Amino acid sequence: MKRVVITGAGTINALGLTVPATLAAMREGVCGIGPLEFRDVERLSIRIGGQVKGFDADTRYTRQQISLYDRFTQFTLAAAAEAIAQSGLTFSGALAEKSGVVLGTAGGGVSTWDDNYRAVYEEGKNRVHPFVVPKLMNNAAASHVSMEYNLRGPSFTVSTACASSNHAMAQAFAMIRSGMAPAMVTGGSESMLCFGGVKAWEGLRVMSRDACRPFSANRNGMVQGEGAGIFVFEEYEHARARGAEILCEVAGFAMSSDASDIVMPSRDGAARAMAGALEDAQINPQDVGYINAHGTGTAANDRTECAAVQDVFGPHAQKLMISSTKSMHGHLIGGTGAVELLACIMALRDGVIAPTIGYQQPDPDCALDVVPNETRDAKVSVVLTNTFAFGGMNAVIALRRV
Amino acid sequence: MQIESQVIEIIAQQAMLDPADVTPDSTLSELGIDSMGVVESIFAIEETFDISVSFNANQPDASDFDISSVASIVAGIQRLKAEQG
Repeated sequence: MKRVVITGAGTINALGLTVPATLAAMREGVCGIGPLEFRDVERLSIRIGGQVKGFDADTRYTRQQISLYDRFTQFTLAAAAEAIAQSGLTFSGALAEKSGVVLGTAGGGVSTWDDNYRAVYEEGKNRVHPFVVPKLMNNAAASHVSMEYNLRGPSFTVSTACASSNHAMAQAFAMIRSGMAPAMVTGGSESMLCFGGVKAWEGLRVMSRDACRPFSANRNGMVQGEGAGIFVFEEYEHARARGAEILCEVAGFAMSSDASDIVMPSRDGAARAMAGALEDAQINPQDVGYINAHGTGTAANDRTECAAVQDVFGPHAQKLMISSTKSMHGHLIGGTGAVELLACIMALRDGVIAPTIGYQQPDPDCALDVVPNETRDAKVSVVLTNTFAFGGMNAVIALRRV
Repeated sequence: MQIESQVIEIIAQQAMLDPADVTPDSTLSELGIDSMGVVESIFAIEETFDISVSFNANQPDASDFDISSVASIVAGIQRLKAEQG
């Protein structure tokens, strides 16, 4: 079994258009959630989100590229450029043949669907742009990354709703650990902040109209975000031999399926995923210093997640820190695990624990150290990052300081 | 009374019961309607009566629209219709 490390990170999200900007915002407890700005927003009852602002696609990409890049692909390519530049890798020869890209997204090109349905249904047009299909397909982002960086190995897209990124990164990790690939580009992206995307979510009646307040007794739902998180995962000896900067080690992972309900989370499924990740990484529960929570800010998730943490960690649950950065960047759905991995890297590498902002009232059902409102300096050597999806599909990754 | 029979129709369908088995006093929880069923019922009520019901599944008790029983739903609809004028 090979060891796997992270040698590059990139992101676009509501907190920043780079990793340093995002980590600085997380450290400062900045809230990236604000009024949504897009066509027909006045017809929505939910009008806030973690929308990416100041991302100028027209200066980043050519007109021809934009005709093929949905917003989720634009975010992915921008984040991939940052991650791959940081890694210092150039994919050619045998490295390129074996290295691939595995990404997560729940919705793919949602705004492309939205724009073109509007054109044919509302505006009555009988013609759409010839590239609608290759623009909206869920694997478009992974495909463009493979083309841009000559990644010729195993490449595909994973879609498990809110757990997509973690499932994707777990696959990339498994491929390197098994010796199948020397390096993988992985992570995920999402861009559902358009009229149709938010309208669909509104119907579920789980969205907050004012703020995402994970673990707070007065929480009233989730707030959607958008963006991408992309990483270079690399075999440890490969990274060491070329003197690459190692951000942290990916130590293990586990996936579980609740096999119970299409939307309600399960304490047992969440606990099995966390316990499984510890077992896979051969980590003692008491060595875990921080958990980046799924922490959506819904009544059901936060209560269930805290109970599951209690089940897995016993008395140590009261000693570890657990925070939800969704309070700052919103819920990136299929991209959320990837952006939240940045908070894990910050914890391991910099000893800085991102807070759960917007926290106002203790909830007896969430009686853990949720790092309320204020960033914490703390040296941690092992962290977990949780994702629990609609459909009951869970993926938890364990990371270790190197 | 027409509102009441329409509400009974919606709730009976959601609970997979005969409308005759649903009365004004019936509560959604005793009819076995879960949280997803509540959300779906509200959607049906909004569509049927052309109203907008404020309801957040995270704070089911915070709404000023009492969704707990057939009678309370009927009262809520009458109030919203009256507000519409």
